[in-house]
Amino acid sequence: MLTFDQVSKRYPSGKEALSGISFAMQAGEFAFLTGHSGAGKSTLMKLIIAMERPSTGQILFNGENVNRIAHSRVPYLRRQVGVVFQNHQLLFDRNVYANVALPLEIGGHRPSEIRGRVRAALSKVGLADRENHFPITLSGGEQQRVGIARAVVNRPSLLLADEPTGNLDPDLSRDIMDLFLQFNQVGVTVVIATHDIALVEQLDKRRIELDQGRLRESKWQT
Amino acid sequence: MANLTPSGASISRQSLADRIAAWGRHHRFVSQDALLRLLDTPLAAITTWIVVAIALALPIILYLLLNYAGTLRQDWDGSPRISLYLHSGVDERLAADLTSRLLLRSDVASADLITRQQALLEFEQHSGFGDILNTLPDNPLPALIEISPVATDGGDIRLLVASLQQEDWVEEVIYDADWMLRLFTMLELAERLTLTIGIVLAVGVLLIIGNTIRLTIENRRSEIEVVKLVGGTDGFVRRPFLYLGFWLGLGGALGAWLVVQLSIGYLSGPIERLAQSYRNDFALRFLSIEETCLILIGGSFLGVVAALLSVGQHLSRIQPQ
Ligand SMILES: Nc1ncnc2c1ncn2[C@@H]1O[C@H](COP(=O)(O)OP(=O)(O)OP(=O)(O)O)[C@@H](O)[C@H]1O
Ligand SMILES: [Mg+2]
Repeated sequence: MLTFDQVSKRYPSGKEALSGISFAMQAGEFAFLTGHSGAGKSTLMKLIIAMERPSTGQILFNGENVNRIAHSRVPYLRRQVGVVFQNHQLLFDRNVYANVALPLEIGGHRPSEIRGRVRAALSKVGLADRENHFPITLSGGEQQRVGIARAVVNRPSLLLADEPTGNLDPDLSRDIMDLFLQFNQVGVTVVIATHDIALVEQLDKRRIELDQGRLRESKWQT
Repeated sequence: MANLTPSGASISRQSLADRIAAWGRHHRFVSQDALLRLLDTPLAAITTWIVVAIALALPIILYLLLNYAGTLRQDWDGSPRISLYLHSGVDERLAADLTSRLLLRSDVASADLITRQQALLEFEQHSGFGDILNTLPDNPLPALIEISPVATDGGDIRLLVASLQQEDWVEEVIYDADWMLRLFTMLELAERLTLTIGIVLAVGVLLIIGNTIRLTIENRRSEIEVVKLVGGTDGFVRRPFLYLGFWLGLGGALGAWLVVQLSIGYLSGPIERLAQSYRNDFALRFLSIEETCLILIGGSFLGVVAALLSVGQHLSRIQPQ
């Protein structure tokens, strides 16, 4: 469902964040994206949702050529991909409920359906009792989980998570990982960028490792 | 988990009716939200509304005044007219004689005698002050002959006027076209000035509303970025700002309407008196329902156009990082 073919990304600053990346993900796969800070993990995820365009190479997602996608099609691409951002990207003037409901409102769902899905997503991440709180009153980890709820509420076919456990203690990290595994079990393709090698090694999953923007090793599993 | 199974493109599963309903819901929500946000900073909102109201009201008032002046022109058939007031010593027979002699002149197209009696009647009809004249022992009005010249050129007409002034039976020659033409030239100037002022102020309104919207876009930058990140289309992102423009324009138009109505109330007395002195029964009336609608629609339209321009300029620059 997702194919990278000789993809390079050079930022306008001249920094080559990714060079010659090629890999493929099957629908329903689960993979970790690892590598040192600055290796290009976030850049790779930004390319998938057309936040950045590759300098060379081709990206295919669900049969669509992402590097040549029309500006007007980008929103529809993004609706199919749930993203947990490294910097959360929450709206601080809206409460937790409104933050999670945003993708559904954009999708034009009925209010009753929005309510049901938002509640379900919030209880999944253990924040059912916080829906009226504002993000600023939540801890870093709680904000992270609001971001996760928002990423999954629209039932995406691909879930990208950039350091989703960066602010969490080991127990909570494990819970969140289990949550991603559950999503994966019902068919969602999941890619998780992380530094947390210990956690990655606990789970015997595919690992895509970046080093200075190059693919170092891709460990296949299953 | 059942509640969160993936659906891929969940949007395609919605029926057209569902999507139209969602679209309507969003419009209703966004329009209310835009107004509420505007009223959240009442001072800023009212300031913008007042500025827009003044900018809209000024050309409207000028236009109404010109409209009034235009009715003066309609009363005048456009051909220059010369009035010869006769000496009091000229009796009616001689006056008739003089009139036919004038008609024979090659530079006179028509000549109509208005006797003292006729002048008195006409004055009574038009002024309503006939009673006052009746208290006088004698009819104070002179007889006059109204002439329209063959010439249309101002210089030739003035030659005719000069030659008529030489006649010893003529008390006074009044050539009305002189000041009428000057007035009409001034009216035309005023018309163009009004149009210019109107255009300049409309551009001003576009800039004022556009600037308010630019600031709002700047304030809501992170929100715009997040909405774009989770799949908001350009239309979805643009909508709150178009409604903001609409409310700013509509509020300004309402203010302009109020200013215009108050001005009409204030000006109508003197205008009516002025009109009567020109034997014109024009009265400045308050704005009709149609004119009110026109002002409100025009104002909100201007607001939306301003928003479209501003949004087109500033929104595409905001891309999520
Ligand atoms: N907008 C940008 N302009 C220029 N250079 C950038 C930009 N974004 C990232 N980079 C550079 O590209 C490289 C890869 O950045 P990226 O954010 O993808 O790394 P990362 O693997 O996500 O790191 P981290 O684990 O710290 O989040 C870095 O050297 C970074 O400085
Ligand atoms: Mg990163």
